[in-house]
Amino acid sequence: MSFSLEGKTFVVMGVANKRSIAWGIARSLDAAGARLIFTYAGERLEKNVRDLAATLENQNDPFILSCDVADDAAIEACFNSIKAETGVIHGLAHCIAFANKEDLDGDFVDTSRDGFMLAHNISAYSLTAVAKYAKPLMTEGGSIVTLTYLGGERVITNYNVMGVAKASLDASVRYLAADLGKDGIRVNSISAGPIRTLAAKGISDFNDMLTQIEERAPLRRTTTQEEVGDAAVFLFGNMSRGITGENIHVDSGYHITGN
Amino acid sequence: MADVLERVTKIIVDRLGVEESQINLDAKFKEDLGADSLDVVELVMELEDEFDMEISDDDAENITTVGDAVTYINSKN
Repeated sequence: MSFSLEGKTFVVMGVANKRSIAWGIARSLDAAGARLIFTYAGERLEKNVRDLAATLENQNDPFILSCDVADDAAIEACFNSIKAETGVIHGLAHCIAFANKEDLDGDFVDTSRDGFMLAHNISAYSLTAVAKYAKPLMTEGGSIVTLTYLGGERVITNYNVMGVAKASLDASVRYLAADLGKDGIRVNSISAGPIRTLAAKGISDFNDMLTQIEERAPLRRTTTQEEVGDAAVFLFGNMSRGITGENIHVDSGYHITGN
Repeated sequence: MADVLERVTKIIVDRLGVEESQINLDAKFKEDLGADSLDVVELVMELEDEFDMEISDDDAENITTVGDAVTYINSKN
């Protein structure tokens, strides 16, 4: 029994820069010997992803392509390209979320209809859309891992519409796990503690959230990319073969606290 | 604190892919150096790391030129 993922291929969606949680997952997968495919959102991020991917130790010219998760035809084309490149994939890391900055501040009750729809479209529905097109490539079984956050279970100041979108994502994990289990595909989520990513900095007063974790979380420290990456490798590998529809909190234990 | 400008300049060159000669205290990140809103957030995070400081959202909004960044960092050190 080992954590090796040699000979397996994984798609990592959502690397924006070196701080991305997706990048932590990619590095852990690389260390475990997996072959990686990256998708990025928009031309702006392509260079970042290409430059980062070139620094990985075990990848030989990884396949990197654009995937706009708001567009079903683009997702289909993306997975057709991946199929042509590799034939089979064994897992997918969905690390994608978006909300308007003005919806991550102030009162949730003021969320606009468009802002609500946008956050749910990109942050929740995209998992289902991606799973639909990834499934035919997972002919040897598979593991899908998405990133959620405590703000989907409890009220976190300023997280607002993204919390509601994460609740939708969490329910999607359960329904997808129920659907895809018969195909040997597992679907799980990691609820990471706050990490200083580009996306997180869009949340008003994000630095205060980190201070609170350092003071109150059982482990008295903030969560690292590496911790999330290693938990993802566990969920992608054989060691977790009996787990689906689950959410693992990788948050220094913060979610158990009540004050 | 001349080295503050040097360190800030290096970060800007790395992040925005601009020439060092384009950078002066009056240069605006968005208008003069071609940064978009995500670039600005990345820059702020790089400055936080480089100078081991926290820049609040309100303060970050007021940093629009290279000179603003240098002045802010000097005021905190």
